[in-house]
Amino acid sequence: MDRLYGTALRLTRNPDDAEDIVAEAIEKAWSKLDELRDPDCFQGWLFHILNNTFISEWRRRQSRPPFSSDDDAPTLDECDSEDFSLFRQLHQPFLLWWGNTEERFLNELLQEELQLALDALPDPFRVVLIVVEVQGYSYAETAEMLGIPVGTVRSRLNRGRSLLQKSLWQQASDAGIAVNRPGNEGASP
Amino acid sequence: MTRRTLTCEEVIEQLFDYLDQELDDQRQADIEQHLAKCRDCFSRAEFERRLRDRMEALTQVPAPHRLHRRIRSLLDQFDDESNSTT
Ligand SMILES: [Zn+2]
Repeated sequence: MDRLYGTALRLTRNPDDAEDIVAEAIEKAWSKLDELRDPDCFQGWLFHILNNTFISEWRRRQSRPPFSSDDDAPTLDECDSEDFSLFRQLHQPFLLWWGNTEERFLNELLQEELQLALDALPDPFRVVLIVVEVQGYSYAETAEMLGIPVGTVRSRLNRGRSLLQKSLWQQASDAGIAVNRPGNEGASP
Repeated sequence: MTRRTLTCEEVIEQLFDYLDQELDDQRQADIEQHLAKCRDCFSRAEFERRLRDRMEALTQVPAPHRLHRRIRSLLDQFDDESNSTT
């Protein structure tokens, strides 16, 4: 139940909405229980129903298909396809941190900070990241679930990861990992 | 048959496909083999994996009591319905 609610919360970003879609998903699952052939698949099936419940609710609210390829402006997927890598940033010269920077980054990263960064992602990116990286659906399954082409799943994943890592990097910079470039040295106290 | 070994650049390029298990078995195995030997690529893969684990932990949130009660009454309702039909 905690994972179901937690997933709903990350998808909706709102406790009341999360409770509603969990309850709705459980209700749907129970009423369609006879359609489930393999009882061992119950959990996966329930999560699938949860995702679909979220997606249809999302669509209803937007009163237009939120995840279709032509929904949002092209800026969403195609433009600004830069790949931002946190790992690369943590390995650049002139960091104030030394030693195993990625280890230190992970140790100092708070779950609250990660949650803020994830929740701040625009819906299309956040949802694809959760469905693929957390729930483990394949690109093809995700594409089918959201009604978008596999290529769009891929581009949203790339963009979502870049945005997430960029925002984590920003947080780390603010917290003092800040790059101390040689030219700036004189400026620091 | 000898296979050409992958370069670090090729491995990093396909790293997320590898982590998402989107590659065919042979390519998955090739990358695994590279990661076993290459410390740089391994660290990168490990970093992305651990970040992912941390994200997964965000979907484990104690469900509020109110939701537990709501689900219980929902399921009781189903029980009542199935009892009344038998
Ligand atoms: Zn390598």
